Amino acid sequence: MTQPRFTPLRDRHEARGASFTDFGGWMMPVRYSSDLAEHHAVRTAGGLFDVSHMAEFLVTGPQAGEFLDAALAGRLSTMPLGKAKYSLVLTDDGGILDDVIVYRLADDRFLVISNAGNHEVVAMALAERAGLFDALARGRLRAQPAFATVNAPVVQVEDVSDAYGLIALQGPRAQEVLDAVAEITALGTPLAQLGYYAATDATFAGEPLLIARTGYTGEDGFELLVPAQVVADLWDAVLNAGEPRGVVPAGLAARDTLRLEAGMPLHGHELSVDVAPAQAGLGRVVKTGDDSFVGQAGLAARPADAPVLVGLVSEGRRAGRAGYAVLDLDGTPVGEVTSGALSPTLGHPIAMAYVAPASSPVGTGLLLDVRGTRIPATVTALPFYRRKK
Amino acid sequence: MTDLNALSYTAEHEWVRIEDGIATFGITDYAADKLGDIVFVELPAIGGELTGAQVCGEIESTKSVGELYAPVSGRVVEVNGAVDADPSLVNADPFGEGWLVKVELGDAILDGLLDRAAYLELTGGAA
Repeated sequence: MTQPRFTPLRDRHEARGASFTDFGGWMMPVRYSSDLAEHHAVRTAGGLFDVSHMAEFLVTGPQAGEFLDAALAGRLSTMPLGKAKYSLVLTDDGGILDDVIVYRLADDRFLVISNAGNHEVVAMALAERAGLFDALARGRLRAQPAFATVNAPVVQVEDVSDAYGLIALQGPRAQEVLDAVAEITALGTPLAQLGYYAATDATFAGEPLLIARTGYTGEDGFELLVPAQVVADLWDAVLNAGEPRGVVPAGLAARDTLRLEAGMPLHGHELSVDVAPAQAGLGRVVKTGDDSFVGQAGLAARPADAPVLVGLVSEGRRAGRAGYAVLDLDGTPVGEVTSGALSPTLGHPIAMAYVAPASSPVGTGLLLDVRGTRIPATVTALPFYRRKK
Repeated sequence: MTDLNALSYTAEHEWVRIEDGIATFGITDYAADKLGDIVFVELPAIGGELTGAQVCGEIESTKSVGELYAPVSGRVVEVNGAVDADPSLVNADPFGEGWLVKVELGDAILDGLLDRAAYLELTGGAA
């Protein structure tokens, strides 16, 4: 194993007394002082997260969109400029290698952001799929006399993870805070008109900045991508504008309880190579129609009675945790918890779990085996928490 | 302020104060910090007999679950109801208002406890 790495914001985290944890090969701040305080700050004002550990890939070329259609589960070639889309990298047998967000930066230019822990496997999958796609496409072109001399690749994938820093400002006051950062100049859509899952070019102190209205907390907010050498200055500028408005730096512990309340899956917990999109409630992410993509044949061969992801709520304060058994009311095991916590916002325990389809309808009463004690739980629709518009 | 040098410690990160045959214990600042924000504490029943070095309760934070070990053997005479109502007291004041259990010591011999210096060595000197 290689030593865990630090992001360019290490000294900023240390100066604020962060505790660090190894996450996906990176030493990341788990909390600065209190994960509950950081969680509540995001729900009521704002929190600033370092997510520079995530991996970024630039996909460029005249057939970049068509390549992504073939390499990922969704249809990306028809995305309008400036939009973002949640998608999946599938294995040949239809399992989830990773979940990604794809941004269309130009007609022939896309940005793919994947999880830190899957950096290498996603890099390999994209490179391999691009090589195959490019060879096939150029072979087809060369078969036409007019293109007999085509040599330029139709698609290229570049791993730009080390070149960029990524921070996420999340919370109801996020827009107000960004508007107050004097060094930020929006070049495209003004923030007030930037929709959810849309992105705009901007500059920060003269450096290129991509502002995306995306996040992983269930709140309004932005993810900010800048060259790695200026991410610390951007972090300082956002905190300077944010702290008088209640924004705090927030760690991975708060990020995890926030995304869980928002019903958002985490690869390694709800998503894995053993899980097909439909099981995880992500069937909508997979394109329908005739175009072929990696994983398509495997999905067709998947059993229809596989366990499905549900939300579970219980009373009291004891939470089901990842790996705990889920039982039906007769005590027969029907599944397993993938994530769980006492919800800081709702005040009761919440969990996500894979259960047999027969136990999955909303309202089904089940039991959680919490270290030998059976706690009643009820299947509920996800998300657990939805912000007021 | 609690005189931390006057307390004894366990390798499982409990502290214990023994006065007039009563042992009061809780978890250390180191343990509370590692757990993160504590949201649920399950304490033993009053009147129950605890055995030293055995699990007698649970402490849950938002992120994880820790077991509470009895640092000594004895009969539970009091548990901290304030912590039951507000588990964050354990983070805020682990050696004071965040105490957890009082037991009446029997004739059992106290052994396996660490002094402050030995405990700090165990936790890498983080005071």
